[in-house]
Amino acid sequence: MSLEILTMILIIVTFAIYTYIGWWAKVKDTKNFYVAGNEIPAVANGAAIAADWMSAASFISMAGLISFLGYDGTIYLMGWTGGYVLLALLLAPYLRKFGRYTVPDFIGDRFYSNGARAVAAIATVFISLTYVAGQMRGVGIVFSRYLQVDIVYGVLIGMAIVAFFAVIGGMKGITWTQVVQYCVLIIAFLIPSIAIAYKLTGNPVPQLALTFSDIAKRLNTLQIDLGLKEYLKPFQNLSLLNVLCVTLALMLGTAGLPHVIIRFYTVKSVRAARWSAAWALVFIALLYTTAPALGVFAKYNLINSINEQPIEKVRQVEWVSKWESTGLLQLEDKNENGKLEFSADKAVNEVTIDRDIIVLSTPEVADLAPIVIALVAAGGLAAALSTAAGLLLAMSSAVSHDLYYRIFKPTASDLQRLKVGRIMVFLSVIVAGWFGVHPPGFAGEVVAFAFGLAAASIFPAILLGIFDNRMNREGAIAGILTGLIFTIVMILLMRSVQIFGSEKAIINSFFGINAQGIGVIGAILNFIVSFVVSRITPAPPTDIQQMVENIRIPKGIGEINT
Amino acid sequence: MKSGLTTYICKITNIKINTGGIKMIDKAHQKTTDKQKAYWRKNVATIRNLLIIWVLVSHIAAILLAKPLSNIDFFGLNLAFWFAQQGSIVIFVGLIFYYAWRMDRLDKKYDVQEIRLTSNKKSNKGASV
Repeated sequence: MSLEILTMILIIVTFAIYTYIGWWAKVKDTKNFYVAGNEIPAVANGAAIAADWMSAASFISMAGLISFLGYDGTIYLMGWTGGYVLLALLLAPYLRKFGRYTVPDFIGDRFYSNGARAVAAIATVFISLTYVAGQMRGVGIVFSRYLQVDIVYGVLIGMAIVAFFAVIGGMKGITWTQVVQYCVLIIAFLIPSIAIAYKLTGNPVPQLALTFSDIAKRLNTLQIDLGLKEYLKPFQNLSLLNVLCVTLALMLGTAGLPHVIIRFYTVKSVRAARWSAAWALVFIALLYTTAPALGVFAKYNLINSINEQPIEKVRQVEWVSKWESTGLLQLEDKNENGKLEFSADKAVNEVTIDRDIIVLSTPEVADLAPIVIALVAAGGLAAALSTAAGLLLAMSSAVSHDLYYRIFKPTASDLQRLKVGRIMVFLSVIVAGWFGVHPPGFAGEVVAFAFGLAAASIFPAILLGIFDNRMNREGAIAGILTGLIFTIVMILLMRSVQIFGSEKAIINSFFGINAQGIGVIGAILNFIVSFVVSRITPAPPTDIQQMVENIRIPKGIGEINT
Repeated sequence: MKSGLTTYICKITNIKINTGGIKMIDKAHQKTTDKQKAYWRKNVATIRNLLIIWVLVSHIAAILLAKPLSNIDFFGLNLAFWFAQQGSIVIFVGLIFYYAWRMDRLDKKYDVQEIRLTSNKKSNKGASV
């Protein structure tokens, strides 16, 4: 059976399962639509959060990205996991106790201001939209690469599936679908990793193989011999200051991403919110500790099987010719000595590797059965679809719940709001699909935006709302605006080449901090401004202060009410 | 008199309590205030300690002290690299599990476990995961 047919069958089977679950979990009221009626068990919610969090980029690109950054790849590993510690300790239990639907809900109610609510809602839509565009693109790429379908049709099929179970099932459908999607994506990630770990080191556990074998040191020596940067030494690609700031910005941003926070409203108790975060990080850590090991193995194997080898012999290897034809692997015998040679110098380097190939080619490199290759395609799709679904829901609830119901039409009935919610999911899918087919030229830059904005606006506002009883409307709004404006202006100035098409960046860095790390400075400014302004303006009303006291203790949790 | 807290509880639990009930809850609320403050202090202290470990294993060991620690061998890796790409993540998981476990015990000790005020669901085991 050909690989295309096998992949097609596996994708159809997994999609059928997702669709069935979406139908099985269909909902009839807003509470189930937004927060799944708060009856999801902690372990299941943990798996759903993990699937929601791990996007097509985590699944396909991260291991490759790390293998090229070496030590400094830790910015993604620690940044995207360390944020969960902040979430679990500082935000999740209290937001669950607060017991509403969305992030803007908390900010609007806690700071008794529809202005703050609107700012938070708009930030939510912007952050989620930048994210979802990338997911739709990921769906399109998987379809076009594995099934030779045109990328436009790939995106359209993905849109239809996401829209179906998000519109019908709401949060309940999404949550249970994501549990299954987590299983698909982690199995698809682990099987090739285990196989290549065993092949290279004799130890089947990737994490142990990385730590206890000498493979990382061999790769390090190999890289030095080739004139590439040392793999095991810190700060070869980024300065210490940037590694520190980017890691922190990704941590704060993770804790402030609306589609992640919203998951903690779906658990049934404060206690379950704490345990859900714990399980979520277990499931995430499984992939995030495997990825750096896979990065080392795959890169070592790739260099070893290509470097100094005759080009004709290399081209006969099946996976080499396949990936060369996709353009992700470029071989060119520049000095015409018949051999391929790696070099740090671009002019003489004869092998160019796209980072995505690290994960995508592993099953073939490790001689695994075609079913595993098909599984990796299904896993990439699962990662993209589950993240897209969560983002769509976060976006649609910010518009339909916060902007429409809480600000414009407080008299709207349950049925009307459910209808607006579904229309919003539908519209979001179309917008996301459009961006998937016509990706903006600066797609890579918007991720820096999303994390920077979440770190500089949402995270400080929620944290102060819970831990500082004296924080008032004036302080919070001044802080959010300072953080947002500073971060947006800085990123626009630093990335002016990609965004405005200027000849060179207007400023290169902010005292040595790059665009990815600037959210930390935005967050610090937010904290300072909020604190100062709140202390020179009147204290919040007593009922707000009592609400803060109330969310600090688990006792007295109730059903979510509108 | 209906206090803000009671109003809020009524609001979030969607139940109607008669005036007598509200007075009872008000009294109970005042009595437990000191206890709740002690609970909150313990909670904040726990969070502070765990975040100190969080900073130590990530920002300190893997970033600020990365240069010196990368000269110390740790099996097939060096110590800084292990913290940066394996150890910190494993310790993060441990921190969150410890916090969830520790807060379960604090909730019991200070008697602030959540109780379901509405019981239209199958069970009223509000504290079960």
